[in-house]
Amino acid sequence: MTSNLAPAAAPSGEPHIRRLIVIWVVLSAIGVALVVFALGPHMPPWTFSDEARDQRNINIMLAALATPVLLAVWMALVYSIVAFRQRGVAIVDGTPIHGGGRLEVAWIVVTTLIVVSLAVAGTAALFGTTKGAGGGQGPDPLAVPHGSLPPLQVQVIGQQWAWTFRYPAFGGVETTQIAIPAGRVIALHVTSLDVNHSFWAIRLGVKADAIPGSDNVAFVRPRRPGSFRIRCAELCGLWHGHMFTTGLVLTPAAFSSWIRRQVVANAAATRTLPPYSTHYFPEPLRRAG
Amino acid sequence: MSRGARLLAVAGATAVAVALVAIYVADFLAANPTPLRAAPAPRGAQLTLQTVASYGHDPHPDWVSYLARDGSGKWHHTTIFKVPAHALVRVTVYQYDTATGLRNPFWSQVRGTVGNTMTVDGRTLHALPPDDASHTFAIPELGVSVPLKGVGDNAPNQCSVAPCTAAQAHTTVTFTFRTGNPGRFRWQCFVPCAASFVFGNGGPMQSIGWMDGYVQVV
Repeated sequence: MTSNLAPAAAPSGEPHIRRLIVIWVVLSAIGVALVVFALGPHMPPWTFSDEARDQRNINIMLAALATPVLLAVWMALVYSIVAFRQRGVAIVDGTPIHGGGRLEVAWIVVTTLIVVSLAVAGTAALFGTTKGAGGGQGPDPLAVPHGSLPPLQVQVIGQQWAWTFRYPAFGGVETTQIAIPAGRVIALHVTSLDVNHSFWAIRLGVKADAIPGSDNVAFVRPRRPGSFRIRCAELCGLWHGHMFTTGLVLTPAAFSSWIRRQVVANAAATRTLPPYSTHYFPEPLRRAG
Repeated sequence: MSRGARLLAVAGATAVAVALVAIYVADFLAANPTPLRAAPAPRGAQLTLQTVASYGHDPHPDWVSYLARDGSGKWHHTTIFKVPAHALVRVTVYQYDTATGLRNPFWSQVRGTVGNTMTVDGRTLHALPPDDASHTFAIPELGVSVPLKGVGDNAPNQCSVAPCTAAQAHTTVTFTFRTGNPGRFRWQCFVPCAASFVFGNGGPMQSIGWMDGYVQVV
């Protein structure tokens, strides 16, 4: 049997490389501009809160950085298929490549710069604006907001299979709907009464695990009145898919009116609630009988 | 192995895998109990239910469960109920189980019913002491939540096999809620009446046909 895998003669690669670089630069300029100016404004989690806006900006930056890399890979693939396709029946192996020190240094430097700049940007988002970037930071948050008004405390309680919300500043009233005032920093204290849940309000840019016996704190500052969808992002049993609700961001005046109504409407339940705590022990553990 | 044989083997294995998934999905969808239509009543419908501490029959004789009664008085082991849209649904629950208590006392308040009230053995109430609750009947998407008072731990003649009878120890809870547009709404119990590992709901609380189900508004 004769071998069809003999190395081909090494062609000069310079014209191809120059052509590839030119195409890549042009496509990248177009692609990055499209990502930043056309796609970027529509990227989740949009701009409903300071945290969401920061996350959206990070997403735009990530997509803008990834675009030239993606285009380079696709372009090399397509160009190779077109330019270096083996014509005829014989299968001929390519020329072995050894060395390439400049190329290796280049990709190490470029990838290091990308990763370090992303780390800097992510850290700035975490400790910038309202602080905390909307993620749960556990019971002792490192990134704590400093402002003229203290954060409004709202407790988020997960239970198979519903969310309830407690407002310690308003007599510890508990509600089935969450409403928060626009323009004020909110401290969400997320906990659970049974299994792990995850409080996910994508429009707010908030996602925090709800863990029994734990107080997971996330900060958010909604920018304008509106509504936001809440879902459980942790598979938690039979009705996990139904564990959703809609929250409201109200003007400060509308929020004052809303919370007063909740205090009255839930008075009977409030009298039976345990004193406000950052978390609760899930009792009873066993059914009676 | 020839190329044709390899292709055949891959295609066969894929077909078997798809068939197994389809059978599993079909079995899951068909496993739900038969829906029971609420009995007609003036301006709406009447739904009559009972809760039992132990079903007493296969496949889970020791599981806590709901049952529903049809218009002829026969009890059915189902938790899928059909009720009319834009109507008043009067619910009567004969509650035969003892109290476990609510994990979240918030659910001790009656919500989403006409007047935000219920009657317990003829007495109108807005709420129940949280420790007295044996179960709840809650339809979260409709905002309905009613705690059900348990029978005393030492009550005589307690029921252990469904369906329970009027002669056995029970409380009678009634309430009425208003339906809106047609749709399918899940309902559940918020009392940890079937706890599992570690703190989560177990067995019957995770199974449609026992302590969870659907209200089909048609």
